[in-house]
Amino acid sequence: METQYRFQKKHILGIEDLSPEDISFILDAADSFKEISQRSIKKVPTLRGKTVIHLFFEPSTRTRLSFEIAAKRMSADTFNISASTSSAQKGETLVDTARNLTSMNPDIIVIRHSSSGSPHLLAKHIGASVINAGDGTHEHPSQALLDMLTVRENKGQLKDLKIAIIGDIIHSRVAHSNIIGFTKMGAHVHVSGPATLIPPGIEKMGATVCHKVEEAIEDADVVMALRIQKERQFDPLFPSLREYAICFGVNDTRIQSAKPDAIIMHPGPINRGVEMTCEVADGKRSVIMDQVTNGVAVRMALLYLIMGGEDR
Amino acid sequence: MTTKPLLLKNGRIIDPANNIDQQGDILIINNQIARKGKSGTLSCPDNGRIVDLNGKWIVPGLIDMHVHLREPGEEYKETIASGTQAAAAGGFTAVACMPNTNPVNDCQTVTSFILAKAEKEGSARVYPVGAISKSSSGTELAEFGEMKEAGVVAVSDDGRPVANSQLMRRALEYSSNHNLLVISHSEEMSLSQNGAMNDGILSTRLGLRGIPRVAEEIMVYRDLALAEYVGRPVHIAHMSTRESVDLVRRAKAKGCKVSAETAPHYFSLSEEAIGLYDTKAKMNPPLRTHDDMLAIRDGLRDGTIDAIATDHAPHSVMEKDVEFDQAANGIIGLETAVPLTLALVNKNILTPSRMIELLSVNPARILRVEGGTLSEGKIADITVIDPEKKFVYSKEGIVSKSKNSPFLNWELTGKAVLTILGGKITFSDLEI
Ligand SMILES: [Zn+2]
Repeated sequence: METQYRFQKKHILGIEDLSPEDISFILDAADSFKEISQRSIKKVPTLRGKTVIHLFFEPSTRTRLSFEIAAKRMSADTFNISASTSSAQKGETLVDTARNLTSMNPDIIVIRHSSSGSPHLLAKHIGASVINAGDGTHEHPSQALLDMLTVRENKGQLKDLKIAIIGDIIHSRVAHSNIIGFTKMGAHVHVSGPATLIPPGIEKMGATVCHKVEEAIEDADVVMALRIQKERQFDPLFPSLREYAICFGVNDTRIQSAKPDAIIMHPGPINRGVEMTCEVADGKRSVIMDQVTNGVAVRMALLYLIMGGEDR
Repeated sequence: MTTKPLLLKNGRIIDPANNIDQQGDILIINNQIARKGKSGTLSCPDNGRIVDLNGKWIVPGLIDMHVHLREPGEEYKETIASGTQAAAAGGFTAVACMPNTNPVNDCQTVTSFILAKAEKEGSARVYPVGAISKSSSGTELAEFGEMKEAGVVAVSDDGRPVANSQLMRRALEYSSNHNLLVISHSEEMSLSQNGAMNDGILSTRLGLRGIPRVAEEIMVYRDLALAEYVGRPVHIAHMSTRESVDLVRRAKAKGCKVSAETAPHYFSLSEEAIGLYDTKAKMNPPLRTHDDMLAIRDGLRDGTIDAIATDHAPHSVMEKDVEFDQAANGIIGLETAVPLTLALVNKNILTPSRMIELLSVNPARILRVEGGTLSEGKIADITVIDPEKKFVYSKEGIVSKSKNSPFLNWELTGKAVLTILGGKITFSDLEI
């Protein structure tokens, strides 16, 4: 007889901490939550009486909205604290913020912060469950989970797929979480982009580094392009956006060599014409809109599971 | 002021400056080492005290040539009083304090202030290190002559490395007029800026901006090359990488006048100590790889590295209990240097004599200050070490005002149990 699996995580700080069983379990739960979002009354009472605080130290529209919709569909009480309204600018430290939040007795805190490891610091100083909604250049676990859900829906499995991730790997928490996650699930991740944007030791996290974008894309089941951050001026990472688009942009020509049924992904927001052309982003292989839909389902699953998965 | 005579009996006298490692007695009268002899050969004057040191080491007072005392300016982290008390508790009778205070020690006013404070409130000798450039801003030379007159023993822009090579060259040249040692904090800032830890797979995993090893090595090489070119000595501070050790080894083989130090954390820890964003393991230069740690140990053993200095860098919880990339660099070190170095003795990497050279004899020689010897007639700066004593390094037991150490709650072996400064006891763990 097999032993009963139980989801036992209190926090979701990174894909690094999740086992393949945890990941499959979350994706299965998300599958079942998708149905709720298709009902005419999109609400279940699962988290009634629970308090979820969205603590966002970085501007974000889509991730915060996605978490908020997820919490509201589960009937939780939600509060938003964003950098502009928080005490961060008055010099309050994250630890102080955590202590103040404790007095409000929240059940879950969803945090986004520009410093890697800040969710870990928060978790150390607060009794509530913490969900990492993106920390610095470290991890963005809910994004990787929704990406895995999207791929699983389209491909029926994750094992043995070839996943090409193109672009700014070093500054991308999405790439980090996806490399860890897809590798854990038995897929093969190939990364490519300017060598200045490929972090040291990424091979040891399971990724294969390709010097040519074409090599990464060849026979790929999934092609994912990452957002180029235009603001990084102090470090000369590549000559120009124009050259980037020419040498590393995902365009119709480049995706020819992917598998015929390959899907195209992007965590958004897209710099159209830089890391991806409009034709590709809006083309028939693009599943970018599915990613957004799946985001809500995955986040509902996470909220549900870390609250102990009480009967629905 | 006179103090009672003190007879240290039956200790293992380790005095590398005199090539001595044997059981013996030392008699201290007033502030001097009056007599030194084999066990049982010395008697104590009637008004004196006798301490039996069976099983313990009697060594010349330890000298830490790289500490941050934070006064003036950041007295909430450490003061000259608290820092030198921590020094005494760690077995140190002298410390050289770096100039990155607020204001920066770039003129005789600050130097004199530090020395006056140390005279009045200090539990150890304090040797101020002056700035290389005004405000350590890297543009104009500070007034070496005036600072030397006021009492600095060396110059360094520690913490804010000299980016401009011409300025470093001029500092090395001009230091000859004032017989001042130049200490290099070797860091190429354009490579290290905004970095939080060693660059590599671990920084990738943690999503932290890396500080590549070459940021240190390029500047070690630059300053060795400049020093050789102008024919002046240079001292390389807190080396952390294998290649830095190799560069110094080669320069020494060529006959260059170079000396070098490392800190206990670089031979005791690797970058793995950061774990999940432990800011107590954040310092600059950052902890490197296991391989670098082994290379540092080799350098200590074979004489490439001359001194162990702690880079004692106190910070309060305000600077450390924050996001990793926002946290201040540095850890306290005065109270853990002895057990961490003894660990290398216990691993047979260092002999006890070599340990004392690194912690006392060589720092005295490099800084050209008194101490580092147990010769008769010399000043009685003496440390007694119990090499067997086990203790847990706990927050409550720390003498320094700050508690930022990655060694907290470690069980350590070996401890200074008696520290004597000019014949006066500044720290004692013994029944006397
Ligand atoms: Zn330094």
